[in-house]
Amino acid sequence: MATGKRLSGRQRLGWTVLTLLVLGYALFPVASILATSFKTQAALGQRAFLPTNWTWDNYAMLFTGDARDLFLPALRNSIGITLIATFIAVVLATLCAYAIARLDFPGKKVILGSALAVSIFPVISVVTPLFNVWRGIGLYDTWPGLIIPYLSLTLPISIWTLSAFFRQIPWELEQAALVDGATQWQAFRRAIVPLAAPGVFTTAILAFFIAWNDFVYGISLTSTEAARPVPAALAFFTGASQFQEPTGAISAAAIVVTIPVVVLVLLFQRRIVSGLTQGAVKG
Amino acid sequence: MASITLQNIVKEYGDGFPAVNDVSLDIDDGEFVILVGPSGCGKSTLLRMIVGLEDITSGDLLIGGQRVNDLAPRDRNLAMVFQNYALYPHLTVYENIAFPMRLVKGAFGEDEIDRRVRRASTMLELDEHLDRKPGNLSGGQRQRVAMGRAIVREAQAFLFDEPLSNLDAKLRGQMRAEISRLQRQLNTTSVYVTHDQTEAMTLGDRVAVLKKGVLQQVASPRELYEQPANLFVAGFIGAPSMNFVPGTVEGSVLKTPLGDVALPAEAASAGAGRDIVLAGIRPSFFEDASTLSEVQLSKGSTFTAELTHTEWLGNEQYVYVSYENDPRVAETMRTLAEEMDADELRTQLVIAVDAASRLRGGDTARLWIDTRRIHLFDPATGENLTRDAEAGAELTRMAREDRRRDAERAAAGRT
Ligand SMILES: Nc1ncnc2c1ncn2[C@@H]1O[C@H](COP(=O)(O)OP(=O)(O)OP(=O)(O)O)[C@@H](O)[C@H]1O
Ligand SMILES: [Mg+2]
Repeated sequence: MATGKRLSGRQRLGWTVLTLLVLGYALFPVASILATSFKTQAALGQRAFLPTNWTWDNYAMLFTGDARDLFLPALRNSIGITLIATFIAVVLATLCAYAIARLDFPGKKVILGSALAVSIFPVISVVTPLFNVWRGIGLYDTWPGLIIPYLSLTLPISIWTLSAFFRQIPWELEQAALVDGATQWQAFRRAIVPLAAPGVFTTAILAFFIAWNDFVYGISLTSTEAARPVPAALAFFTGASQFQEPTGAISAAAIVVTIPVVVLVLLFQRRIVSGLTQGAVKG
Repeated sequence: MASITLQNIVKEYGDGFPAVNDVSLDIDDGEFVILVGPSGCGKSTLLRMIVGLEDITSGDLLIGGQRVNDLAPRDRNLAMVFQNYALYPHLTVYENIAFPMRLVKGAFGEDEIDRRVRRASTMLELDEHLDRKPGNLSGGQRQRVAMGRAIVREAQAFLFDEPLSNLDAKLRGQMRAEISRLQRQLNTTSVYVTHDQTEAMTLGDRVAVLKKGVLQQVASPRELYEQPANLFVAGFIGAPSMNFVPGTVEGSVLKTPLGDVALPAEAASAGAGRDIVLAGIRPSFFEDASTLSEVQLSKGSTFTAELTHTEWLGNEQYVYVSYENDPRVAETMRTLAEEMDADELRTQLVIAVDAASRLRGGDTARLWIDTRRIHLFDPATGENLTRDAEAGAELTRMAREDRRRDAERAAAGRT
């Protein structure tokens, strides 16, 4: 008993150390960028980790200064395009995954297989042909011109995660609803969707990250602030003069675009709880 | 409330396997019918076809005289209790029960819904749980919520798919009584699937026995017990199950490995001229001869046998006698055991004797058989050679009469 306890204490210590290591490894770059975003232009060259003089200059530049015309439209594009792409992906994937989990139809395996195959294609190999096609049909440098390729990134993973999720929901709930007098749609809406909600939120967050973080499509398929998202716009930042690196502004922009992601996770964290189906069927 | 009529119903699944084969059954308005049979015999399939969750391959299904084969479940207006309850986990008990009413837009006012939910919850003793989620309830409580959801809506019929199989024995007995009471009180047509003997015998007005998708016999529990149509029904109904002893009829005597048994005239003539028959003798048809009077002894036949062992259960006692089986019926017995989901082939008699009897394993005892109740079966076809259809029908008529009286009492109680 005693040895077991001591062992578990040692294990706990081991896990704590390991967790701290991983956390440090993951968060150090973020902390570094955060620190950099508060440094003055002059301090950028210094080796100190923390800024000697804290300044909001870099943020001011983004929202009111030189970078404003570049950053604000890009922020608007990013938010708009990503939200629309996420929304469409989640709605389509929900219906698709529901069909895959519930129905037996020819080509079910093909759909899942091709979804996987699509996501295996490297983005970089698709982007050049896409560039030519988009130019031809007038989608270049437009919101739909980015939303469509983002769907190709977000749909496969959404379909996979959601169909795994739907499979866990007891089918009998839906049948019970049908017998209780529901139409097929009502049964889906009132018995299945509430239970699938945690899965749908999880999927939505995944899809949002993927679209939000995209750089290759963003830089290749846009040319002006009409559709250029933030990750691409960062590449166009310039310093106050030709000889200055825009590191401070880029850091500030990076922090700004990280905020929605953090907010999103905190907001939906509570909803991403599994075990909601507990009690539906016998314990 | 409505009658349900099944006419030559067939169900073939995608692989062409007929899970239900040519089943015809008339269920009267208000009647409680049990579907019983071993695992995989097609009980659930049949129930799911009635409720509309499974397509009917061929045949007609009529509810209240109307053909409903092509109607969606919602248009059939039936209520079903699933084996695993299928409660909506995101809704409270109250909302679970109200769910069917909320689906019909505008049909029920908020007051009406509340009134009905509360009536159901009072009936099922769920009043203090209305605000809880199903996940926090016990098995029996969940079961009652599922029942509540079924009864709030005035459905044409209730369908139950093994609703008690997930409960422990004590609770099962309690809920069985509850369901019986509720059904009689509401007098709603009910179809109840089970493979539990006790549920089948105690709940049903009539019991339909299925084997491999084929209907074997539909009758009152008493008729099934007293006048089974064939070997399968005889073996399936009753616990412990019927003993099947091979024998040959010579004159008015049945020659068996246990000795000679004098048969009544009708039984003897039914079995005459056959190479071999199986005598179906229920454990309760036997008695320890030493405990009987001369008068009683003269009504049956006695034999002596060495007992292998005895089991004393307090209210009754079983004694076991081994015998040599006839190789000509070994195959029949093996098939029967398989069909009934029984695992072993018994060449052992089970005999129920009075609990006061002092018989012990190893004793050689004189045992008495009530020969008037013996049935003879054809081992090849399984047919009951001594079935008295008239007497059987009379038993079922009596059950129907009882049912009618119950219904009248219930109706009187309601007004
Ligand atoms: N979806 C299906 N596809 C193919 N065959 C099926 C399907 N559902 C059931 N069956 C077959 O139909 C037969 C009857 O099944 P059913 O579920 O009706 O049995 P049951 O009598 O309810 O058994 P249990 O007592 O085990 O519940 C079984 O042999 C089963 O293998
Ligand atoms: Mg079943």
